Amino acid sequence: MTLYTTTVVTPPPARRRWKGFLIQVGYAIGFPIVLIVAWAIWTGISPQKFFPPPLTILEAFVDTWIGPAFFTDVIPSLYRLALGIILSIAIGIAAGTLIGLVRWLRELLEPTLEFFRAIPPPVIIAPVLIIFGIGDDARVIIIVAGSIWPILLNTIEGVRATDSVMTETAKSFALTRWERLRYLVLPSASPRIMAGVRQSLSVALLLMVISELFNNASGLGYKIKYFQTNYLIAEMWSGVLLLGLIGVLLATLFGLVERRVLRWYHGIKEVERA
Amino acid sequence: MATATAPAPTRRRRSANAARSARKIGLGLLGIVGMLATWQLIPTLGIVSPQYLPYATDTLANLFGEMRDLEFWRNVGRTLSLWGTGLAIATVAAIVLGTLVGLSRFLRKATHTTVEFLRPIPSVALIPVAILIFGLQPQAGLVIIVYATFWQVFVQVLYGVADIDTVARDTARSYGLSKVSQFRSLIFPTSLPYLMTGLRLGAAVALILTITAELVIGIPGIGSQITNALTVGDWLTVYTYVLVAGLLGLIVNLVFRFIERHALSWHQSVRGEEVL
Repeated sequence: MTLYTTTVVTPPPARRRWKGFLIQVGYAIGFPIVLIVAWAIWTGISPQKFFPPPLTILEAFVDTWIGPAFFTDVIPSLYRLALGIILSIAIGIAAGTLIGLVRWLRELLEPTLEFFRAIPPPVIIAPVLIIFGIGDDARVIIIVAGSIWPILLNTIEGVRATDSVMTETAKSFALTRWERLRYLVLPSASPRIMAGVRQSLSVALLLMVISELFNNASGLGYKIKYFQTNYLIAEMWSGVLLLGLIGVLLATLFGLVERRVLRWYHGIKEVERA
Repeated sequence: MATATAPAPTRRRRSANAARSARKIGLGLLGIVGMLATWQLIPTLGIVSPQYLPYATDTLANLFGEMRDLEFWRNVGRTLSLWGTGLAIATVAAIVLGTLVGLSRFLRKATHTTVEFLRPIPSVALIPVAILIFGLQPQAGLVIIVYATFWQVFVQVLYGVADIDTVARDTARSYGLSKVSQFRSLIFPTSLPYLMTGLRLGAAVALILTITAELVIGIPGIGSQITNALTVGDWLTVYTYVLVAGLLGLIVNLVFRFIERHALSWHQSVRGEEVL
């Protein structure tokens, strides 16, 4: 007896495909459009002191951020943010792997590190400002000092949870220490590590903004505070919009990287669920 | 038929377990002592001048001194009440909206992009807006705390409500369960683990934003104590309150982990550990 297991996939007729696509787009942008239109009508009927109409904000956005301010304020902030995040990830994973692999070190340090993680990150700004001053370096240090903990502790946890049968298999196959690290320990810890990185990103963005509110010099956070204290309402909202866009961009970038790094993991999950 | 019994823990294994946990606690304590010793040594050896990093002993002594002061406890109380209010408002709003949106396929699809856009907006971006609307008042802080905490809980509730087993749902329907009892015995238990995760994450985020609001807006509490001490150059007080903030964070974490374990004592994720 022969089994025919292939299924014939008939493409839906072009018109229905278009309809499906339009419905998708409608769902995606329908509600945001309703919200923006509602905002526009509300501010159009009764002009609000603190809520300018969307078009005014858009105008202020173009005037404020597209031009020299992009290079004097936005780029330095983003540079510090990127540097802080990269350093946190590098140091967090390196130190976390070491601590996770050595049992006595892990037991020695874990309660102390838990305490550091529990410190609300904005509080760290004060000691860093006292010890390192107010330069660019200090701001990067603030970001690293606040956002390293989730990555560090998740890496420790992930490395520790490496499947013991796999570790022993790797040993019996005489994989060297580096090979074991590269092909077993780090991949098996990567879902946890990525979860830690996700938490760190929002902390890093928060610290980027707050570190610029103290001892004002330049940067996105300082600029927005300046607009607020000078009652430049539309400009301030445009700054909020820009910060929002950076947040969304960061989340999207992370989503792409995560999908790439954890492709194998999501594959396994899907098979298990099916 | 052979009955599978879990191997009863022999006395030797139990004592080995006890030795291991004793070792863990001992090493952990040693680690904390070592950290304090390192802190003490850094200014002593002059790596950082004691002017900028006070001795650990001085800071701890100052902490115990502060703890005898009623004003200290008032500040802790102010911080905790702002935190608690924000967390409560955010949780209630997130449960109500999360359940409503999560139960309707149409609403879920229609709000998806909006949620994904609003969620990553850093709540500090809203600080200027909040200050403009409410002035330098606790309400301004509350807005930021609620905004940040809301998404943590909301997303978890959304996942939790969507996680309902289709067979269980169909069974509940064919047995003619009323909406109320469906909610009570199907939706609520299914989404409780998610809600607890959201609550634990939300509690930590709410504390971060409470301290941030106090630091930046100047709402009285632990955060504003740090800002005040920073402006007058009283470094010892700065470090003392940094320590206090850390301890508060630790207590909040532990309490919510405890609540999670108790509320979910019936759930596989918690029960599983004891059976095995």
